[in-house]
Amino acid sequence: MRFLFKTSYEQDLRLFRDRVDMGWYILLLLATIAVPFLLSDYSTGETAWVFIYGICGVSLMALVGYTGLVSLGHAAFLGIGAYAHAYFLGLGVPWVASVALAVVITAASGFVVGLPALRMTGIYLAIATLAFATIIQEVFSRWESVTHGFAGMPVAPPEIFGVSFADARPFYYLCLFFLVLALWLTRNLLRSPTGRAWIAIRDSEIAAQSMGVNLAIYKSMAFAYSAALMGLAGALFAHKIAYLAPDIFTILLSIQFLLLVIVGGLGSLHGAVFGAIFVALLPPVISILRDDIPDTFAGLSTSTGIPLFHIFGDALGAFLKKPGVEAGLFGLILVLVILLEPFGIYGRWVKIRVFFSTFPLYKADSFKRQKAYMKTERLR
Amino acid sequence: MSLFAAEQIAINFGGIKAVDGVSFAVEKGEVFTIIGPNGAGKTTIFNLMSRIYDTTEGRLMFEGQDITRVPPHKIAALGIARTFQNIELFENASLLQNLLLARHAHKKSNFWSELLFLPSVRRMEVEHREAVEKVIDFLDLQQYRDSLIVNLPYGVRKVTELARALCTEPKLLLLDEPSSGLNVEETEDMAFWIQDIKKLLGITVLMVEHDMTLVSAVSDRVLALNYGRPLAMGTPREVQSHPEVMRAYLGG
Repeated sequence: MRFLFKTSYEQDLRLFRDRVDMGWYILLLLATIAVPFLLSDYSTGETAWVFIYGICGVSLMALVGYTGLVSLGHAAFLGIGAYAHAYFLGLGVPWVASVALAVVITAASGFVVGLPALRMTGIYLAIATLAFATIIQEVFSRWESVTHGFAGMPVAPPEIFGVSFADARPFYYLCLFFLVLALWLTRNLLRSPTGRAWIAIRDSEIAAQSMGVNLAIYKSMAFAYSAALMGLAGALFAHKIAYLAPDIFTILLSIQFLLLVIVGGLGSLHGAVFGAIFVALLPPVISILRDDIPDTFAGLSTSTGIPLFHIFGDALGAFLKKPGVEAGLFGLILVLVILLEPFGIYGRWVKIRVFFSTFPLYKADSFKRQKAYMKTERLR
Repeated sequence: MSLFAAEQIAINFGGIKAVDGVSFAVEKGEVFTIIGPNGAGKTTIFNLMSRIYDTTEGRLMFEGQDITRVPPHKIAALGIARTFQNIELFENASLLQNLLLARHAHKKSNFWSELLFLPSVRRMEVEHREAVEKVIDFLDLQQYRDSLIVNLPYGVRKVTELARALCTEPKLLLLDEPSSGLNVEETEDMAFWIQDIKKLLGITVLMVEHDMTLVSAVSDRVLALNYGRPLAMGTPREVQSHPEVMRAYLGG
């Protein structure tokens, strides 16, 4: 058992609960820094996706998980960030300035999209953002002088103050740096009045308003901030895929982001990171499985002498190779998570942690609640 | 000059006149109660005062200032706080966060300093926390500080709403049925707290209430409404024995 004694108000304002907690996070950071030395360049590159998706996750978490505004158009913000960054790099703007410009432009577009959010909530807002995303995708394909349309747009490799970050390892660290930055900034907002106002809007608009929260300002702020982070992610995304085309930023990508925050656990920054790990690493894991399963089962079949394993392995391998299986698996997992663990991977994580910190006094009923959903989930 | 005055206020929802020409004045330091049968327009008056609805006619005056068209999010900063009949807490936040949010009207930091969590923001947060802790001590909520609202029982939620309203440091406190859903003992506590709020904190209270024991125990003056129109005004005893009021409640 571990008890947490609180002796000053400052303690509730700290980034970490106590020294032990801080130690764990430092350990985690060191481990993340060490990872590229243990992996091949290819795997390091794949792992960098976790950080880019992580920034997207933090962005959407601020909006959906904390402010309770659902967006089905975040791929459009990612696209705006990516195209803006690629365009400015093409003009010869220095990297840092180019990213800053991309972030400002996405934030401004987020602010504009946020304006209808002042009148709409839930499913209506989701539809409005979806419409926005469709329009933006059309703009990407038609505005050829800037985006080169379907011909595609090459992205210059990242070079910051003359240092190249194009290789897998340096790029990995660049993405890690920005994810940590995004997490820190968002955490700062969440422990100050702005974050509290967002949470208040999520849970009861009418009460928030009566306590002095200007709904219009805080909702637009949430949209602009979320979009700004998406713009940052977009700039890194552009380097990662190196060649932009309008059909990358589809509704499916937006849905993937939404899935990320729900699977991770709505209403927690940990959830954004957990969700990012899940979403970024599921496709490579599936592809590894797809290649290995027939051989593994064939081996099992020869060692046990049961031919059924061989047949089953081949069938499973062939099934996994079919197009659309990945999307199907995503959907299946989403349904299972919502049914079995509405608070996502983070919810499960908290339970495991409480189990160990209260051992042997843990009771499963500690987490039993009256059926109460967040208003985001109810879609009002 | 009265602290708050409603002058011939009225509001129509379609053809229904929910409030129809009601005037009253709340003096500084008193507990003023509005009673009336269901649908009399009591909560509607509160919603007019916290500017959730626009008045169709009449004026609302607070400290000599016309607040009839003040936007709803500026009401708290003027010094009017309210509770809700059907609890409107921030359910997936801790009790502490709920109370801290009530300090929003006193917030001085801007977005950029909060983004970097500058020392000034940290200092301000500690100040807010100190103010909130005073209210927590006043209402005995210490043990629930870090609980999420969804996990708290109804009675505690009701007190939390009162605490949240007090955290805005109001001059006028609007209590919408503070005793609804509470048991006898909790209602007695509520009566003591309302008296303490009036005497110790010097906050004027405007209350909507059905429980006549509570009303008689704490109110200085009572206004009875029916069908959006005033029936009688005076001390609790006078209003209770007023023939019009008796007819409204008992029929005949």
